[in-house]
Amino acid sequence: MVDSKNNFATTPDPQAFVQIQSLSKDFDEFKAVDQVNLDIRKGELFAILGGSGCGKSTLLRMLAGLETPTSGRIIVDGDDITDWPAYDRPINMMFQSYALFPHMTVEKNIAYGLRKQGIERSEIDRRVQRMLELVQLGGFAKRKPNRLSGGEKQRVALARALIKNPKLLLLDEPLAALDKKLREQTQFELMNLQDELGITFIVVTHDQEEAMTLATRIAVMKEGQFVQTGTPAQIYEYPKNRFVANFIGTINIFDATVVELDDSGLTAKLDHSEILMKAHTDSAASTGDKVGIAVRPEKISISKQLPMGENITTAKGVVLDLAYYGNYSIYRVKTESGLMVQVSAQNRQRSSEHVVEWDDEVYLSWEQGSSIVLLE
Amino acid sequence: MATKQQTFGDLLWRRIVIWVPYTWLLLFFLVPFAIVFKISFSDPIVAQPPFTALFDHTQNLLNRFQGTLNNYLFLLDDNLYWVSYLRSIKIASISTVLCLLLGYPMAYYIAQSPPTRRNILLMLIILPFWTSFLLRVYAWMGILSTNGIINSALLWIGIIDEPLQMLYTNFAVYIGIVYTYLPFMILPLYANLERLDLDLHDAAADLGAKPLQVFWDIILPISLPGIVAGSLLVFIPAMGEFVIPSLLGGLDSLMIGRTLYDEFFVNRDWPLASAVATILLLILVLPIMLFQRMQVSGRSSD
Amino acid sequence: MKRQSTALLSMLCFGFAFLYIPIFLLIAYSFNDSRLISVWGGFSTRWYSALFANEQIIDAALLSLQVAVVSATVATIFGTLAGLALTRMGKFRGRLFFTGIVAAPLVMPEVITGLSLLLLFVSLQELIGWPATRGVTTITIAHITFSMAYVTVIVQSRMLSMDRSLEEAGMDLGGRPFQVFLDITLPIISPAMISGWLLAFTISLDDLVIASFVSGAGSNTLPMVIFSKVKLGVTPDINALATLIILAVSIGVAVAGWIMLRQNRSLS
Repeated sequence: MVDSKNNFATTPDPQAFVQIQSLSKDFDEFKAVDQVNLDIRKGELFAILGGSGCGKSTLLRMLAGLETPTSGRIIVDGDDITDWPAYDRPINMMFQSYALFPHMTVEKNIAYGLRKQGIERSEIDRRVQRMLELVQLGGFAKRKPNRLSGGEKQRVALARALIKNPKLLLLDEPLAALDKKLREQTQFELMNLQDELGITFIVVTHDQEEAMTLATRIAVMKEGQFVQTGTPAQIYEYPKNRFVANFIGTINIFDATVVELDDSGLTAKLDHSEILMKAHTDSAASTGDKVGIAVRPEKISISKQLPMGENITTAKGVVLDLAYYGNYSIYRVKTESGLMVQVSAQNRQRSSEHVVEWDDEVYLSWEQGSSIVLLE
Repeated sequence: MATKQQTFGDLLWRRIVIWVPYTWLLLFFLVPFAIVFKISFSDPIVAQPPFTALFDHTQNLLNRFQGTLNNYLFLLDDNLYWVSYLRSIKIASISTVLCLLLGYPMAYYIAQSPPTRRNILLMLIILPFWTSFLLRVYAWMGILSTNGIINSALLWIGIIDEPLQMLYTNFAVYIGIVYTYLPFMILPLYANLERLDLDLHDAAADLGAKPLQVFWDIILPISLPGIVAGSLLVFIPAMGEFVIPSLLGGLDSLMIGRTLYDEFFVNRDWPLASAVATILLLILVLPIMLFQRMQVSGRSSD
Repeated sequence: MKRQSTALLSMLCFGFAFLYIPIFLLIAYSFNDSRLISVWGGFSTRWYSALFANEQIIDAALLSLQVAVVSATVATIFGTLAGLALTRMGKFRGRLFFTGIVAAPLVMPEVITGLSLLLLFVSLQELIGWPATRGVTTITIAHITFSMAYVTVIVQSRMLSMDRSLEEAGMDLGGRPFQVFLDITLPIISPAMISGWLLAFTISLDDLVIASFVSGAGSNTLPMVIFSKVKLGVTPDINALATLIILAVSIGVAVAGWIMLRQNRSLS
């Protein structure tokens, strides 16, 4: 189950539409992008996720041709485009600031790419009109960008980048400039549009939620390298290491030492306590190894009664903090051995008898299969 | 497989952008300095042009340099020159301080005004700069002269019996320089004070500092870059000022710019004038480099 | 606090009085019938008639305008190129040195610039026979050289505050570097270029020292004529000339301000 497909593939995927081969970019001594390999298939919506300064924007800019790689190759649809200037690449980009030309109307902004191709006037008008309808901006053709709202600007930028029918569309933090409500709505619009046009998208974002909901696959990037590549579910459920586990969602990580290995997994003793934890693992751990045992808050159940069952880990503790979000609540529980554990639970019942309150003594429990063993 | 590279035309544009202005500046800004430097080592002769050639192309390389240090020795010897230099430094320094004393409160007040009024006040500071500098200096001749408006007023009130000699004195030169260069002091100061967080004021006052202390401990250190930039913008051009001392100054206001001008046009001693210019440039190298460094660091912090 | 701002306000008023009273007096004098500045001889426009009858001044004004228009235009082109080179061309050989000499004319004393340019022209004449005479050409070259620094600074700061991704978007959509410059950069920096041109124009019209050095016999610019006249004392027709210049500048600044306000509003 663990993402066993090689993430750092050096043997090219025969179906790969975009191939990035050992791509690097150095700024003086600093390695912004360090030997990155990636294969993307046609029609994928791929997200590159990472914190600021991880090199994700530099990677995107190299794809667009706005930055020259120090080494490595970029191949799109069979063409090695590494040395092509930006204006000759069959790739377009939607910029984070949208970069709408302030002195041109919406119509002129969208038409710019076609005009530079030397396409006939009537053809341009026709395609611009169709694009305006596609992004639902029919009535805005003659407006200047400074008279548009944030959401409208975003759609103009998208239309402008899509009109040349690029083989690959790059989106730099496409939703970052929108407010929360608009972001959710736009997210779905973006996915539908991608589905409809079948264009390959690469999205760069720092927002893990955005990446999870938008993308068919995600690459998590850190210090110029990909740490893990996989579907959103693979990355969430089977993070490869502590960085990915912490970066995506919330997670409890306990330091532990492996004491026993058997067919169904391993048993580890938590450091500074007597608690034994069972966890499922495919990775090569051996007795005595220092590992991290990670459990997502929603995988832990909380109750006032001692839970029963096979292959579960239990711990007793006291509720220190409680945050009520309506449909669910988050608890911070301090166990007898002094560990802090975060638990989230759906509020299914309305009756008050099952409700856990501050300072209640509670039992935490989770199944062996919910634990993730992190070697690094 | 298609290969697409940057075409010749695209690279040509880059070459034009860089090399057209660069070549122009090298030819008409840098080379001239080299020539001044070279001529400052030659002897004056009565000819056209009035100096001896520095390199004799018939000689071999070692004997080619025909230069002489006479011009520089003469500058040291005749106290007309070093008195001119010292007076220029003195007048430029005092004028800079006066500009600062008048300009700082103005810049401070403008920076604290509400934005709409701020823009109008700023425009009023810049506006005189667009009208002829020469004519504005000339205006002071009418104000300061013995039968000018100040003397007429004072005589009429009866404070004085005899008109005061104000025109053709150092006093008039100070007024002229402060008047001309005040906007150069105010603008960088304003740019600096504008960014000053007004909350700092309240925070310091809240912690028990008196207004003067707030100024001394907080505002002054923060506005120091503006003070230095403004002072350099006044001091450097004032040092080489020619028009103001010529129109408003008297015999004891001879500044180095005027000395150089006279040496060149009246005495027609080009090598000596070149030596005067070289020394002036040497004096100004430090402030000019300081100014350039501030420009660069100011840019990168933006 | 209150007393403090009153003190500041009075400083401000004093400062503005200091800046503006001489200008207003100049205007008032120009309508004074009397030749003496201490006497009000009644309202008259006779100095304006005298001014327009003075061929020397009219010729000099025309020469100055010609030099100012040409030098401001060339300086705007070169200064814009230099601003582009410093902000958009990345690294190139001699960049640091270029940065140094681009801004140096801003602070160079005029006597030094004037002297060095004259010596260059004299040397060039010796070497290649050009420029054969000193006059409009040499003054224009000199003015281009020192006013392009002002244009560079203005254009450069506009380029630095401009969103770089605008030009990148232009390239991304298929515009070649020169096309992107024409389609996108140029319209956006045009207000800065207009400011630069106006500044270069004003500086050229105003320059006395450098023009005195590099002009030959017979070609006198307006400041040179004014200077030779006022050295001897106050002359009423110069007051009239000053008033006309102030009027022209006020109108120019008002129009330019209005245009720029409109431009900025549509670009922000």
